[in-house]
Amino acid sequence: MAQNEFSSIFENYPNASRDSLIPLLQDIQEAQGYLSREAVIAVGEHLSLPASKIYGVATFYNQFSFEPQGKYHIQVCRGTACHVRGSLATLDAVERELGIKAGSTSRDGLFSLEVVACIGACGLAPVISINGEFYAGATGDKIKDIIDIYRRKAAQNESE
Amino acid sequence: MINIEVNKRTIEAKEGETILTALKRAGIIVPTLCHMEDFAPTGACRICVVEVEGRPGLIPSCAYPVEPGMKIQTHSPKVVRARKTIIELLLADHPDDCLYCVRNGNCELQTLAEEHGVRERRYSGGRIFKNVDTSSMSIVRDPDKCILCGRCVRVCEETQGVSALDFINRGSQAIVGTAFNEGLNVSSCINCGQCIMVCPTGALREQSHLKSVIDALNDPNKTVVVQHAPSVSVTVAEEFGMKPGQDFCGVMTAALRALGFDFVFDTSFSADLTIMEEGSELVHRLTNGGVLPMMTSCSPGWVKFVEQFYPEFLPNVSSCKSPQQMMGAVIKSFFAEKKELDPKNIFSVSLMPCTAKKFEAQRPEMEDIEGFPDVDAVLTTRELARLIKLYHLDINALEPDAADNPFGQRSSAGKLFGASGGVMEAAIRSAHFLVTGKEMTDIKVKEIRGFDGIKETSVKIGDLTLNVAAVSGLGNAHKILQAIKKGEKDLHFIEVMSCPGGCINGGGQPLGTDIEAVKERMMALYKIDRDESLQCSHLNPEITRIYEEYLKKPLGEKSHHLLHTEYEKRDSIK
Ligand code: SF4
Ligand code: SF4
Ligand code: SF4
Ligand code: FES
Repeated sequence: MAQNEFSSIFENYPNASRDSLIPLLQDIQEAQGYLSREAVIAVGEHLSLPASKIYGVATFYNQFSFEPQGKYHIQVCRGTACHVRGSLATLDAVERELGIKAGSTSRDGLFSLEVVACIGACGLAPVISINGEFYAGATGDKIKDIIDIYRRKAAQNESE
Repeated sequence: MINIEVNKRTIEAKEGETILTALKRAGIIVPTLCHMEDFAPTGACRICVVEVEGRPGLIPSCAYPVEPGMKIQTHSPKVVRARKTIIELLLADHPDDCLYCVRNGNCELQTLAEEHGVRERRYSGGRIFKNVDTSSMSIVRDPDKCILCGRCVRVCEETQGVSALDFINRGSQAIVGTAFNEGLNVSSCINCGQCIMVCPTGALREQSHLKSVIDALNDPNKTVVVQHAPSVSVTVAEEFGMKPGQDFCGVMTAALRALGFDFVFDTSFSADLTIMEEGSELVHRLTNGGVLPMMTSCSPGWVKFVEQFYPEFLPNVSSCKSPQQMMGAVIKSFFAEKKELDPKNIFSVSLMPCTAKKFEAQRPEMEDIEGFPDVDAVLTTRELARLIKLYHLDINALEPDAADNPFGQRSSAGKLFGASGGVMEAAIRSAHFLVTGKEMTDIKVKEIRGFDGIKETSVKIGDLTLNVAAVSGLGNAHKILQAIKKGEKDLHFIEVMSCPGGCINGGGQPLGTDIEAVKERMMALYKIDRDESLQCSHLNPEITRIYEEYLKKPLGEKSHHLLHTEYEKRDSIK
């Protein structure tokens, strides 16, 4: 990835200091979909901070992902309403079904998993979203069926 | 001064200081884990808590200033219970590995558990990673034994200016690790081992070379040769319970013979050799418009630091190999020829205060044309002590012995290499002779002695005024290099040692020492220099001999091939 990709983002943060770290990382994640190594190192250079520090800060927050998103990006809502209605079990089920942890991407590149604070669909709790499509009442026991829909889609695409 | 009351006794405290500092001065001990002398407190571990009358809860003494009239209890039942619980929670995530652990008997966590009478596992955290990082040639990391005190992170960042380590992830997944959780070998780590020196547990240790050394000692076809670095003889005694600052050279030599080493050489001899080469290089640069300031190259952590962070200064770094590598090179050439030994059958060991020396010995630049390394194995002072203990040698029963020729004789200038400023002092003594043909009248250069991180002075050598600096701790190296870049410094020669105070405080030295101990070690080296008569490298008769018989002249063809090298820009995650 060319350094220029970040330059336009860095331009918004002239004389940047450590305080700009999180917003900067957010902007890059927005643009790239994740934080690549190159991005982490470039941010370090821009802010004169070591890569270990950037990585440390970025891994402290759930919102950052260090792998490109999968073909299907799953967001599990962990807002209060969803929590009360069992979103922890939902998250658990997704992690087990895909064999990955939140913030990572399955090895075949099909699914990536993100935990979000509140999707703003509390009426549907517990809710997950896959590529922007919402699934209401997505309790742990429903997860396999939902994910299978996308597995079938992927298989179909491939055979076409 | 103000008065505070501690355990019903009145003690004096200085305004603004922490409770912990006041307690320490009064001889009242409170345990600590995350606390580091001369670093700002983080208050992370809370093992140092005390009870203060009128305050709810317990207060971390390392982070709180004293107040007049404060009433403190350091060991009330509430305090002791809280500390014990903290320890039990740390142990919840800790493997029961003491018997197999390099820190067994020398571990702060183990000691705390023992002192607080922890007799059962009350909590089980199950935080097991099982991913020991052995990728580095110098340092082994075992995150399972890490208690997240943060001391390594701080020393790496604040003392060394390297920041190879930081806290990663959070909550139950939090660890101390490198950027992208990669192996230490691809990180910016410069292998100094200062993180090991501050780690309270076995989470950080050196890559051990003991096995290969023991194998060689038991191989009838190998001639096993050992060299010991200038600082090792003044620190190894501490591993046997003796107080800091004793020179153990003779007894250590006897121990090495008893262990079965065939020849014992003194790295201070090759320090003298370094001075001949480096002194000549300096004179050459000064008189031929060479790149200045010249910078020393004997500290391998520093060399890697320049390669990674300041490649633009590589032309300033002396082309001389370090004393360890010079000794290795002349052992497998000059010495091998003299003794009619096949270099293949020589196993060359060095005893070093340093973990970065392990990395240095394995650099591809440090091989001869046939691909044999100059040095085959590097043991730290700690590993040497383990070897002596393994063979149950009675240190008190050994008669002091002298090193072997041809590399056994040294000047006290060579010995000074063990302390920050020592290379500079030795170099000045010989450069004076090289330039003027005369000896200095007062050979002691006291401005560059002592423990300061940056020491500068000017010395007159004939018509020449030489501006020099001795720097130790790589955080200070950052400072001086930045100043040079800005054109704020007019220096000719800079000595840089990676570890604060130099090799006497190296990452391979005995653990659990404080700054006072390190100063005692330094004094021991100064005492040797004061008391001995051979005080200049160029006056060492064995140095004269190796040039006459073999090398011919400093910077000559043989020297160039054996004793000099080149360094290159290096990529790392930084
Ligand atoms: S680090 Fe300390 S407590 Fe842990 S296994 Fe080693 S000796 Fe025991
Ligand atoms: S060896 Fe030195 S540079 Fe490497 S992690 Fe430890 S303190 Fe940092
Ligand atoms: S590795 Fe050692 S020094 Fe570093 S945080 Fe862990 S226990 Fe503390
Ligand atoms: S030593 Fe005081 S909080 Fe850790």
